Amino acid sequence: MEQYILLIMTLITINIILAVSLNVINGLMGYLSLGHAGFMAIGAYTSAILTTQYNFPIFISVIIGAILAGFFGFLIGFPTLRLKGDYLAIVTLGFGEIIRIIILNMTITGGAKGYPGIPGIKGLNGFLIGLGFAIVTVIVITNIALSAEGRALLSIRENEIAAESMGVNITRYKIKAFIIGSLFAGLAGGLYAHLIQYVKPDNFNLYKTVDILLMVVLGGSGSITGSILAAIALTSISELLREFSEYRMLVYPLMLIILMLVRPNGILGKKEITDFISFKKKRGV
Amino acid sequence: MFIQQLINGLSLGSIYALIALGYTMVYGILKLINFAHGEIYMIGTYIGYYFFRMTFVLGLAKKYAVNSKIAVNFLDKQEIISQNPKLLMKYIANNFNEFGIIKDSNFRKSITNVAVEQAKGLKHMSEFINSNSIIIFLLLLIVSMFLTALVGIIIEKLAYKPLRNASRISVLLTALGVSIFIQNAGIKIFGGDPKAFPQLIPSKFYNITDNILISNHQIIIIFVSIILMILLEIIVHYTKVGKAMRAVSFDKSTAELMGIDVNKIISFTFAIGSALAAAAGILIGMRFNKIDPLMGMMPGIKAFVAAVLGGIGSIPGAVIGGLIMGISESLVVGYISSTYRDAIAFAILIVILLIKPSGIFGKNVKEKV
Repeated sequence: MEQYILLIMTLITINIILAVSLNVINGLMGYLSLGHAGFMAIGAYTSAILTTQYNFPIFISVIIGAILAGFFGFLIGFPTLRLKGDYLAIVTLGFGEIIRIIILNMTITGGAKGYPGIPGIKGLNGFLIGLGFAIVTVIVITNIALSAEGRALLSIRENEIAAESMGVNITRYKIKAFIIGSLFAGLAGGLYAHLIQYVKPDNFNLYKTVDILLMVVLGGSGSITGSILAAIALTSISELLREFSEYRMLVYPLMLIILMLVRPNGILGKKEITDFISFKKKRGV
Repeated sequence: MFIQQLINGLSLGSIYALIALGYTMVYGILKLINFAHGEIYMIGTYIGYYFFRMTFVLGLAKKYAVNSKIAVNFLDKQEIISQNPKLLMKYIANNFNEFGIIKDSNFRKSITNVAVEQAKGLKHMSEFINSNSIIIFLLLLIVSMFLTALVGIIIEKLAYKPLRNASRISVLLTALGVSIFIQNAGIKIFGGDPKAFPQLIPSKFYNITDNILISNHQIIIIFVSIILMILLEIIVHYTKVGKAMRAVSFDKSTAELMGIDVNKIISFTFAIGSALAAAAGILIGMRFNKIDPLMGMMPGIKAFVAAVLGGIGSIPGAVIGGLIMGISESLVVGYISSTYRDAIAFAILIVILLIKPSGIFGKNVKEKV
């Protein structure tokens, strides 16, 4: 039982990394990326192969996987960022699917049967590693969001043309956002592979991306604390309702639709939870 | 080999073109990528399947006194229908318990009698269906197109209409949600296992030269697609509704000022797009005989790529894009590997968006502040 709870808690930390990293692209920059699961797959498979076949320490292989995923984010981001809105969403969806299909057809990845026998990070250690990485992710991304870079991303979200005419180098920031997003997605993928100890291409299909997307949207696009809370809530809820798991993919899209109809900015909107808990007295404007 | 793949690609491509037309028309009017369009295609196919089952299989079963369970079972294993009556009888006799006609298996004689009766009835049924196959096929096509058009309108009214003025991302996310919802609802309602679509018109192959084969299904697909496209062209260019559609896609608010009921036109566009998708579904169902709730996903994405390739918003573009997609896919299957058939769609998409994001027939739109 204790092991089970630790497993769920580790899963929560991984989902926090995923949601917060997708929030950089979706929330801060305001672009819809549908390829997050693909980047996750790169990290997962790279680190899995490195630890199993080349005896790398788990920690190192997870980081290498993340870097490789970030590199792919760069490769994909670089040429496609001339695109806007819907087109970019579709292209990221396409890249995610291509990555999955290529993994499906490679021999080193085990193809459709998946890749079993990955050495695991179990119990408390696993949770602590996951928590450590999650904290690092949140700190890095919060810092980005609060820095000049973050404001540049926000300006792209609010009005791209205005941002460009104010001298924001849009392409550079878009690529940066994509690299950061995919880097952390790869990190989460590596952790996931070592937590579950078995990966298969189906783990990283469009449904997985929608899972992550729902966390971002539910918490509020642009709100980092919102993403964290939504990741915790959705992971625990879907574990608690495991016996109804066949209805999950019926409920999730419905939630997404209702959310978009009722509260398109998510529960927290663009606000952080710290905005509500203020220790200082509010000054009049 | 090349010509053969070209023919296969042409028939596959006309299916993609039919689906792509729905994408392109909806995008032209609402600037919305209707992710759920592939699912509408799936629903259209299932409507055809259930319509055939309700009216023809169960109706004829009643007429010829065939047990309804046997009749439905034979719909799913239809290849046995045309085989010789003795095998058919044996099959029925062996499966009596499954069909629940006679519980006590001691009555061997009565079993044989009933089996003969049932076999006779089934034979009448299959004869009736075979002799009227073309009429039934057209009926299926029209009914499914009509009902799917209604489904399309309902989806638009429920999911997209409340979001008319919302941001592009929330509309896109809603469309994605609708798509995944319908897929999973389909698994719950229709069952996740594939169903056998009735092969109304028995497939025949014609030799053109020694190693080039063309099946009658491929000819039917191409022929029906061409007719539907001509009809669409007539509707869009020579009717009042078509004129209104073009006006709305050109400038929605001005069209509204001119007295066009924009909501009505949007519904009409969804209806036409859905009807075309349903036709594509029936044609594919007849050709490949197998339908399942997730069948809409890949064709939906590929048709979307086709629409982008041809220039989204452009009707001839969708047709050309669909044909290019179909042909390149069958060439990949023929020359490289069938496992990469889905990757080619995305590869084409990425290349086209990098070289000419507006597509072949697309207009370059300047950005305005």
